[in-house]
Amino acid sequence: MALSSSHLLGLEGVPAEDITTILDTAKNLKTILDRPIPKVPTLRGITVVNLFFEPSTRTRISFELAEKRLSADTVNFSTSTSSVKKGETLKDTIRNIEAMKIDMVVVRHSAAGVPYFLTQCTDANIINAGDGRHEHPTQALLDMMSLRDKWGTLHGKRVAIIGDVRHSRVAGSNIRGLVTMGAEVMVCGPRTLIPPGIEELGAKVSYNVDEAIEWADALNILRIQLERQEKGLFPSIREYHAEYGITRERLERAKKELIIMHPGPINRGVELDSDVADSDASIILDQVTNGVAVRMAVLVLLSGMDSSQE
Amino acid sequence: MLKEKAEKILLSGGEILDLQNGKRTKADILVHDGVIAKIGAVDRKGFDGIVHDISGNIVVPGLFDMHVHLREPGREDKETIASGSAAAMAGGFTAVACMPNTSPAIDKQEVVRFIKKKAEAELVDVYPVAAITKGRRGKEITEMAELVRSGAVAFYDDGSPVVDVSVMRNALEYASMFDAPIIDHCEEPDLARGGHINEGVMSTRLGIQGIPNAAESIQIARDIQLARLTGSRVHIAHLSTKEGVDLVRRAKEEGLDVTCEVTPHHLLFTDADLTTFDTNLKMNPPLRTAHDVAALEQGVKDGVIDVFASDHAPHTIEDKDVEFDAAPFGVIGLETMLGVILQQVVNRGVLPLHADLAKMCVAPRTLLNLPVPEIKEGEAANLTIVNPEATYLYDVNQSKSKSRNAPYHGMELPGKVYGVLNKGFIWTS
Repeated sequence: MALSSSHLLGLEGVPAEDITTILDTAKNLKTILDRPIPKVPTLRGITVVNLFFEPSTRTRISFELAEKRLSADTVNFSTSTSSVKKGETLKDTIRNIEAMKIDMVVVRHSAAGVPYFLTQCTDANIINAGDGRHEHPTQALLDMMSLRDKWGTLHGKRVAIIGDVRHSRVAGSNIRGLVTMGAEVMVCGPRTLIPPGIEELGAKVSYNVDEAIEWADALNILRIQLERQEKGLFPSIREYHAEYGITRERLERAKKELIIMHPGPINRGVELDSDVADSDASIILDQVTNGVAVRMAVLVLLSGMDSSQE
Repeated sequence: MLKEKAEKILLSGGEILDLQNGKRTKADILVHDGVIAKIGAVDRKGFDGIVHDISGNIVVPGLFDMHVHLREPGREDKETIASGSAAAMAGGFTAVACMPNTSPAIDKQEVVRFIKKKAEAELVDVYPVAAITKGRRGKEITEMAELVRSGAVAFYDDGSPVVDVSVMRNALEYASMFDAPIIDHCEEPDLARGGHINEGVMSTRLGIQGIPNAAESIQIARDIQLARLTGSRVHIAHLSTKEGVDLVRRAKEEGLDVTCEVTPHHLLFTDADLTTFDTNLKMNPPLRTAHDVAALEQGVKDGVIDVFASDHAPHTIEDKDVEFDAAPFGVIGLETMLGVILQQVVNRGVLPLHADLAKMCVAPRTLLNLPVPEIKEGEAANLTIVNPEATYLYDVNQSKSKSRNAPYHGMELPGKVYGVLNKGFIWTS
């Protein structure tokens, strides 16, 4: 099994077969996580650099764990973009790291296109761990894995992505991946947080969250950031919660079983109420576990190593 | 090749193209000490000067690029008056207007004089455009009378347009006393803030913050209102939107003194070309959609757009070879403007050759109150010699500019420049 690209820059243009291969591989690798000794030698001798130019806790830890479970050698490079600005260029950073003989780079950056840019400066496999508001493919893959676990298929299913779609790379990758896999996608939020032309990616648009709930089989609820209020994109947390917050009351009105997802970290009581986040409908913690499995799958498949070798 | 004194030169076998009516006249041109001594058949027998066989080429009055960033003084690592002039010659231009976002800004007569002095030895005429406000800060207008007297041909606050409407009004009224146009980079700063590319489907796809068309058209609308209020001259730099074209069209129909220019890159590329995050396609105003390009083309066709100008904006490799968000706006274009414009305008049947070239020769000079060179016996030889049909492969690594930020590398372009003559010099490619 191999993917059609040696990088994972995003889900745009990634064929359904590749996504299926990643999800199937992740499903197999997930069994390793439940073993007494959750570690295999698959990536022994492979060096992975986690290059994080933006603060991240869970994605970085998830990648690190995935690498360690596969026995890769890992190094972490974390810095804020601003301190890099004062020092060396991104190109010099990656060239210097490459000169230390590395195989794969996991990169997060506040600027869209940085993973692509790195493919132009290095021969290492590049994995996008989030670039600006562009893509976050492993997040979408773990979301899809979690939904496929529940449904058995993604085809014909309806997923509504609720919240700050405009600034969301999670939405960017989810829309692309889900559409490729034959699911239907709706994005929902205040108009100021929905980017222009999102329909061109294959998503329906609604500004009414009750309509989205009525339509959907699953809700993927995005984190709302206070700084968007400061920029005048919505008037107050209070009004946001009143209009778009996912509450038990709202869900009960829909009179159906909906799957609740959130990429984390949750603002409890803002975009998502605690009783919903902790309800049986929520698969938020499954998403986290699947995140490790999906990242293991991506690492193995891009490395070209045989995942059945233990 | 270096420029040489045009002491005794025979340009043999070319065709003089009249930019007013498109008439072509096959004639030899004899140049003595930089002056056209004879037009017509010249007997080569006994001629002891240098003969240039320019058959297949046309000869027109020297071309003019009215939107060029020469970066000197201040960023001589990006471009100098000398390197920019060399790029201009290679592109077939004998004159440029240079923009005031230098360091220091062109906001005092000393800076104008410095540039004029530096350009004295060049073949290319360099006409400084001075700032509208001191330090381009948008607060107090510059000493325009003195600036004009020292050689400034227009006023422009460049990439930091005047926001305060009353300052803009005063500038327009004050500058009108010298008949100097106010040029504006029309961009409403609040709407444009944080944007890197055109706002639309592509900005959503690429996850890059966009700059909406309205950021340009709101400011154009404002300037048109001010042109009506003051009766003064406004020139809109690098028009990029359909809305902008529509506004300028209506202003012209009303008889207001509003003119505008378009760049080659806004006629050639769209934001759909940005899929590889190429920072050489990052400029301001940003590349728009095919819908806008069609409107610009229509504007060229029906005369709404007066001038082609390159907005030649050199940046170092270090500045451009970075993540998209961090890269500065701007592309170089002096060497490729003629080719791209010939390809997009003449070869696509938008305008005939003479009308196309007039927008890079007659129109900018008229706009800036400069005399248009004539191809006549007794006149100074200010000439561009070009074969508009012959094509060449553009190699940015051979560029005369100090910078390399061109999106045209590897393109086959029409309009092979044979050479230029001006100020007693000849330069051939």
